[in-house]
Amino acid sequence: MDIKALWRDIRFLKILAQVIFVLVLALAAGYLYFNVTNNLARQGLTMGYGFMKNPASFGIGESFIPYEPSNTYARALLVGLVNTLVISALGIVLTTVVGVLAGVARLSSNWLINKFAAAYVGVIRNTPLLLQLMFWYFGVIIQLPAVRQAIELPGPVFLTQRGVYMIWGEETSTFPAWRIFVLLALISIFVIWFILRSAQKRASVPLSPWWNLTYLLVPVLIIWIGFVFQPEPPLRASVPELTGLNFRGGLRLTPEFAALLFGLVVYTGAFIAEIVRAGIQAVSRGQVEAARSLGLTTGQTLRLVVFPQALRIMVPPVTSQYLNLAKNSSLAIAIGFPDLFSVAGTVFNQTGAAIEIITIMMLSYLSISLFTSILMNIYNTRIQLVER
Amino acid sequence: MAVIDAVEMKPPRLTVGPLAWLRKNLFSTWYNVVLTLLAAWLLYLFLKPAIEWATTEARWGVIEANLTLFMVGQYPRDQIGRVWLSIFILAALIGLSWGVWKNAARGFALIALGAGVAFILIALFFGWDVWVEWLIAVVSLLGFYGMGLYLPRGRLVAAIGWFVYFPFLFFLIAGNPYIATLPPVPSNLWGGLLLTLLLTIVGNFGALPLGILLALGRRSKLPVIRYFSIGFIELIRGVPLITILYMAAVLLPYFLPIDIRPDQVVRAMIGFIIFEAAYQAENVRGGLQAVDRGQYEAAHALGLNGAQTTVLIILPQALRAVVPALFNSFISLFKDTSLVAIIGLFEIVRIARSILAQSDWLGTHREVFLFAFVIYWAFNLAFTYGSRRVEEALGVGKR
Repeated sequence: MDIKALWRDIRFLKILAQVIFVLVLALAAGYLYFNVTNNLARQGLTMGYGFMKNPASFGIGESFIPYEPSNTYARALLVGLVNTLVISALGIVLTTVVGVLAGVARLSSNWLINKFAAAYVGVIRNTPLLLQLMFWYFGVIIQLPAVRQAIELPGPVFLTQRGVYMIWGEETSTFPAWRIFVLLALISIFVIWFILRSAQKRASVPLSPWWNLTYLLVPVLIIWIGFVFQPEPPLRASVPELTGLNFRGGLRLTPEFAALLFGLVVYTGAFIAEIVRAGIQAVSRGQVEAARSLGLTTGQTLRLVVFPQALRIMVPPVTSQYLNLAKNSSLAIAIGFPDLFSVAGTVFNQTGAAIEIITIMMLSYLSISLFTSILMNIYNTRIQLVER
Repeated sequence: MAVIDAVEMKPPRLTVGPLAWLRKNLFSTWYNVVLTLLAAWLLYLFLKPAIEWATTEARWGVIEANLTLFMVGQYPRDQIGRVWLSIFILAALIGLSWGVWKNAARGFALIALGAGVAFILIALFFGWDVWVEWLIAVVSLLGFYGMGLYLPRGRLVAAIGWFVYFPFLFFLIAGNPYIATLPPVPSNLWGGLLLTLLLTIVGNFGALPLGILLALGRRSKLPVIRYFSIGFIELIRGVPLITILYMAAVLLPYFLPIDIRPDQVVRAMIGFIIFEAAYQAENVRGGLQAVDRGQYEAAHALGLNGAQTTVLIILPQALRAVVPALFNSFISLFKDTSLVAIIGLFEIVRIARSILAQSDWLGTHREVFLFAFVIYWAFNLAFTYGSRRVEEALGVGKR
């Protein structure tokens, strides 16, 4: 074959370019690998995950799964991962509420509310999260009054420098037996939804909206039957009470957890507020006018016309804010909350297994990101406009 | 003759004036009345103790005592003239740019001028002697503005000036062992706002070329290059910045030959460049997608090859479209530099923590953190204003 013709063949050149690219990458990777083995050999270290089975022998401030210092490093890292997941999940739920409220407030015709929201968004978005977390932790929570002079909010919720104590449900002896009734009540909602939908399909006129009441009545009936059979409700309100030097009962959030959750929620909420505002404003005015001329009320216009369209615009950027929240939870180390990054840092300090630990850490965060974006993408495709 | 009774008519409601404004904006409906009162009550609950604290209890002396620390960290006090020099040159460049580009640079120039004048007044008010330096900066800004108005080929001069300025800035700050007047200052002494700004500048400008390459790679027709770019971008975007900085601080030395050990600041810079490149790649990709197909076809019809089309036709339009996004990433990187506090560099947040450890100023958390907030907030506000003026002058999104 003619060599010169080959040089002018675009298909050949494309393949050649890629082969060269792969070769360069492989060379670079080989060079890095060579350096790593050299450096490790010099420090007398070897690669491998054997250390994960050794006892961690350090305490972790708080944990949602049982943990002892005698547990393995793997267990310690799992504790960190669970902490990260809990804080991210709670944060995502709460920040959505805060963000939507602030975004709507930003559009309010009420001057004071509007400026309130604008100031919140402006200050929070323009300062670093790390600084905010430190401010909430060192500047606010740690400087709250001591347990005896706790600030009491309605609830009751007590704010003290040892954390936040709040009213919480405590399981009673009948809790296991109640599960079946709660399950039945949930199932009944699905059944009603299914029956009403098929009835609507067969009917020629829209069903009376009063039928929607069955969503409420049937589950209440089931729970009421439950009270006939069970002597006690499943949960008992456990109110924190000051006994001696500390509170007893209720739920305690540690200062670190409270500051981290609060900081993340407030920070991400400001970004979501801007997305909500932009999303609502992006719905064209003609849509609102058309809805009004069809005779829809203000509430109906918002609920049936504006919000579904705004939601479509809002979901992708809000997804990336959720991801940011999960990733930003790694700043927990600055205020001493033992999340994945913080625990991994401790494990690294003890074992020196830098490459292994950073790999685990990166893979964990990547999976969290991937999982969240898959969920949100499913939701996104569900609400997207189906064009005919 | 019937007397026509004058119909008693109420005068129309006021539509102007403070009362009408109150009614329209605060008390238009019953729920707005409730909301207004509620918000006013909350504001009172919060503001009253806050103002009382700020005027009586707070020890603002901690700020004055540590102002230099906030600005430059542990930078040797006898070498601070170098920082001033870089500010003077910056002021001159801003003035020059204002003179030659007029509208586009006016926002930033006015901000810089306002800040300079404000600093002079503040310094005079507190009796600090740095007002002289700020006066020099303001004069240099105004002088070069006048020069820029008449300078022939001013735009070229200003562009070269900016291009040279940033490398020169690092040379000035870092110093050189062979120049007697510029003794080297090790980077572990750089700190405060100075370090924050240096990291921001390096992170952004260092990442841009890499980001452009990654964006082009992601849109490449060659699968190997495309998947490599996608993998790199998504990997970096999927993990927290702090893990990348941590990796740069801890892991980077393992990947380098034994005799090369970059210091912590350089490692952090590499981390920022890698991180920022992935984000800027996505920005640039947005710009590339916004370029009309017709542009490619027209370039092809004129006989340009692929590389020429990209560099001469597509990239200029794409980059122009992403100017707002690049400004945004500048601001967000400015905030993100605070994370190097976690890996042990003395930027603003870490300086704040170290001040809190001084025995004279124990328990001044709120004062110190609030001041740090003000630095970030004021800088970002100023930058947002200036960049919006640039976007307006460039007509981004209008043409």
